[in-house]
Order: sequence, then structure tokens, then C-alpha cells
Amino acid sequence: MTTTTPPVTAQEPVAAGRRRKPRLSEGARQERRLGWLLCAPAVIVMVAVTAYPIAYALYLSFQRYILSAPQLNKFVGFSNYAAVLSSPFWWHALGVTVVITVVSVAVELVLGMLLALLMFRTIFGRGTVRTTMLIPYGIVTIVAAFGWQYAWTPSTGYLSALFNNSAPLTDTTKAIAIIISAEIWKTTPFMALLLMAGLSLVPEDLLKAAKVDGATAWQRFWRIMVPLMKPAILVALLFRTLDAFRIFDNIFILTNGANNTSSVSMLNYDNLFTGFNFGIGSAMSVLILICVAIIAVVFIRGFGTAAPGSSLQR
Amino acid sequence: MAATTTRQKIGWGSANTLAILLALIPVLWIVSLSFKTPTAITDPSFFPSQWTTSNYSGILQSSEFIRPLINSIGIGVISTFIAVVLASMAAYAVARLRFPGKSVLIGVSLLIAMFPAIALATPLFNIERILGLFDTWPGLIIPYVATGLPLGIYTLSAFFREIPWELEKAAKVDGATPTQAFVRVIAPLAAPGMVTTAILVFLFCWNEFLLAITLTSTTRARTAPAAMAFFTGNSAFAVPTGTITAAAVVITIPIIIFVLFFQRRIVAGLTSGAVKG
Repeated sequence: MTTTTPPVTAQEPVAAGRRRKPRLSEGARQERRLGWLLCAPAVIVMVAVTAYPIAYALYLSFQRYILSAPQLNKFVGFSNYAAVLSSPFWWHALGVTVVITVVSVAVELVLGMLLALLMFRTIFGRGTVRTTMLIPYGIVTIVAAFGWQYAWTPSTGYLSALFNNSAPLTDTTKAIAIIISAEIWKTTPFMALLLMAGLSLVPEDLLKAAKVDGATAWQRFWRIMVPLMKPAILVALLFRTLDAFRIFDNIFILTNGANNTSSVSMLNYDNLFTGFNFGIGSAMSVLILICVAIIAVVFIRGFGTAAPGSSLQR
Repeated sequence: MAATTTRQKIGWGSANTLAILLALIPVLWIVSLSFKTPTAITDPSFFPSQWTTSNYSGILQSSEFIRPLINSIGIGVISTFIAVVLASMAAYAVARLRFPGKSVLIGVSLLIAMFPAIALATPLFNIERILGLFDTWPGLIIPYVATGLPLGIYTLSAFFREIPWELEKAAKVDGATPTQAFVRVIAPLAAPGMVTTAILVFLFCWNEFLLAITLTSTTRARTAPAAMAFFTGNSAFAVPTGTITAAAVVITIPIIIFVLFFQRRIVAGLTSGAVKG
């Protein structure tokens, strides 16, 4: 890697600016080729695996395709989408999903940051703290969810006593709160890990200099650490939000969507694999994709130059 | 280095303890479930009233579990390795080089990451049956790499952007060979991002359930989470909680070892290589 063309520096007048020049210098052209070459394997794998399924789902979403009644299959245009978008189940599930996403991501961001600071700067027992912190994330989601289900069910668990042994998993609000807490417990380590790696890139000298200049810990945090961690924060927030929006495992085990606790993914699963209605299910998949794409665009716009792949100038 | 006061020690120590307790108590609950006899499962006490190790002996002697465990480890390690290598290459290009189509790449990889896995399962099942990849290691490795790549590319490009690449030139000016410059200056700075990505991708592969049950049918390629879904209990109607939780505990142990080994590398880059940021 060190013998390849060095990145374009200030003395290359042609490629330093926009790319509209009719002729590129040899260096810029080599850089392009290298860029494509390095990206090619990753792109090939990703596209090869997902191109057909995505295209197939799109195709199916325009069909009425019910596995148990194949004689009824036919092209129905957008009526699947109309059916989904006019269904109260969909909107309720969307509401539940949004609530779960917003609350769990917000809490996880704060907790994750605190945890990252702890894992990074604690005076002793660093190895222990870091390893134990990752255990919740390392336990298979399904099993963790089982554990929670047992814990919260009266007569089998120790946590239901907190709610006077009512069955909290059968009450919509309480069940959603439990689902959120299970999500937070499981995936805060994900945030914390990414944020901690981001923390490790903040130069120690900058912080020491600030301390010498009289900055308090609070100021050092907000004015030095956070701005320098922006790319890491963006990646953590973005992926966590995308994953939270598609929550499935925890809900499946804890309540199976009963009592109006379904998320959009649960609804999708019900239609695809329980109802075998591939047309509606595919339409839902596409709609979920669109929602998630909107979230992604909002994030990337919001974070501006901290996004990977944006302008190389800092 | 300023001497650490007792007050500081107590402060950090209690923060440590609190965090560890919050993380581990639910885990201990699962562990205690794994030691309970089938009748004690319905007993709400935190510690088992009747202990048994039969859950563990049962699964450890069963090839229905050992083989999937090996599958999980193997598939996880290979997928992680391939994903990290490919993602590093792409992230390096995204962070350091200028070429058209960069934002398209970023966008497309994000799009792929966002597609509901549920909808991916059936088409992949069809393709793999046709290609003869069904119920094989590559049959799971390839989809895992494909789904792990977007996260890898994003994480690594975020980190590669932060590395001061001029240090490489500075090292060469100071007399280092290109290899030395890379190994001693750049690699330590890139390590935190790469280790983090490796851990995250590995844990994703390890935990992954949906594709694992869809794309496998025998212990030839079935991974541990999928195998656990097929455990049988005492009767056709009993959920085998004891065996499942025992299996979960056993498969978490490699995770702990893996993380223990790698967590030091996450911050190894801080003290070596660069002096000024």
C-alpha cells in the first residue's frame, strides 16, 4: 500500500479542484483507478448478494401473491401499497416503532457515551469493565429475550414483583417499556464500543493543554472530545437508529406482537411468513426500506462534513 | 502523571461496579436458569432452589450442539476476516482517494444495510439452492460478509479520515522505510477502528438468527443460535429453557475470550506512533 500513488497534495494543480477538467493528470487518473479497484471487491459482494432479493421483493410488491392461493396471483400495480398505507395496523406499528427507536437510541447515546468514557478512562480494572460491558451484546438476542421474558412473567421471574406481579408483558405501555429496556441493555455496548474507539482518537495532548488552560472537565468534554468524535458519533447513531427501526427479535420473543406491541418488522414477518401474503409483505418491505432511507438521508444531511466520503478538506 | 487521590479511586471504582452490575445481573439470571431443574424453572427465585448440571452435560455430549458451535466459530471468524479486509480496502479508498462514484458507493452500501433481512431470506434461499450453496459454510459466509460490509465501510472510513496521514511522510523524512512507516506509524493508528469493526462484525455473525435458520438444514452448516431453536425439551410441549440457557452460556464463553483478547488493541494506537495529533 505504501508504494501506490500518494494522495493528491497541493502541488498537483489539476486535480486539486473540481473534477470537470477535460484532461486529468496521470496522477489523478491513477488515483481514480486505485479507488475503484479498492472498492470493487466490497461492492461486488454486496451487490451480488442483495441485488436479486431486492429486485425480487420490488417485483413481488406489485403482485398479488399469496402462497396458499397461487391461482389468484396477478399484477395489481400499487394496490398492495394502498392497502398497507390505509391500514390502521400499519400506522400503529409505525408509531410503536418510532417510539421504540427514538427512546432507545436517545438513551443508548447517553449511556453509551458514559460507558465509553468509563471504559476508556477508568483508573483500574479497564480490561474487566470492557469485557463485561460487551457480554450483553455478545449473548444471542433470542436467549437474552427469553431471559427477560422469564424475568418479567409473574410466577417465573424476579422482576415482575416490581410491578406488583401484574403481568407487565400483557399491558401495551408497560410491555413497550420492557422491550425498550431489553433493547437498551443489549445494544448499548455497541454504541459504547464505537464511541470508545472514537474517544481513543482524541489527542491526549489537546486535553492536557486545555486542562492547563483551566478548562473544566465539562468544557473539555463538550468543546474538545465531542467535536473530534463527530464521525464516530454519526456512525454509531446512524447504524443504531437503522437497527432499532427494524427491531424484531426482542418483540418476537417477549410479546410476539400481542396487545398492539408490533413493530413494522413484526407486521412484515406476520404477513410474509404467517399469512404467506408475499405481495403485501414485499410492499411492506419496500415501505420499511423507504422509511429507513429517509432516516439515513436526514442523518447524513444533518451531520454534514462529518459523513464518511464527503469532501476531503477539513 | 498526577497521583490519583483516594476520592478519585472511589469515584471510578463505584462507577465501574455499577456498570458491571447492570450488565451482569441479567446474565446471572440466565446462568441461574441454566442450572435449574425443569421443575425449578417456574420458580421465580433468582438463585436455583434445585441445582443441576444435567443441562450442561446434556448439551456438551450432544453433537447437535458441538458441531453447530464449531460452525459458528468458523463461519464467524472467516466472515469477519473477509469483511474487515474488504471494508478496509474500500474505506481506505473512500477516506484518502478522490474518485467519482464515491457517494454512490456510500449510498448503495447503506441501502443494502437497510433492507429488511426478512425479505432477503426467501430469495437467498432460492438462489442458494440453485447454486448448491445451501447448507454450506460459504452459503452463510457470503451473506454475512455482504451484510457486515456496510457497517465495516462506514466505521473504517470514519476512522481512516481521522488519521493524520502526513505522519507517514514525516516518518519517512525521519528515515523510516515505507514499510516501517506503515507498520509503526499508520497501523497503530488504524488499529482501534479495525479491531472495533472486527468485534462488531463477529458479534453480528455470531448472533445472527434469521438467515442461519433459513439457509441451513443440518449440522453441516447450522450455527449455534439456529441449532438452539431446534432443541427439544422433556416433552413435545415443554420449552427446553434449561438446555437453551445452558447452550447460551456455553457459546458466550468464546465471546468473552475473543473480547478479552482484543479489547487492549482498541486503544493500543494511542500511545504508539503519533506524538502530535
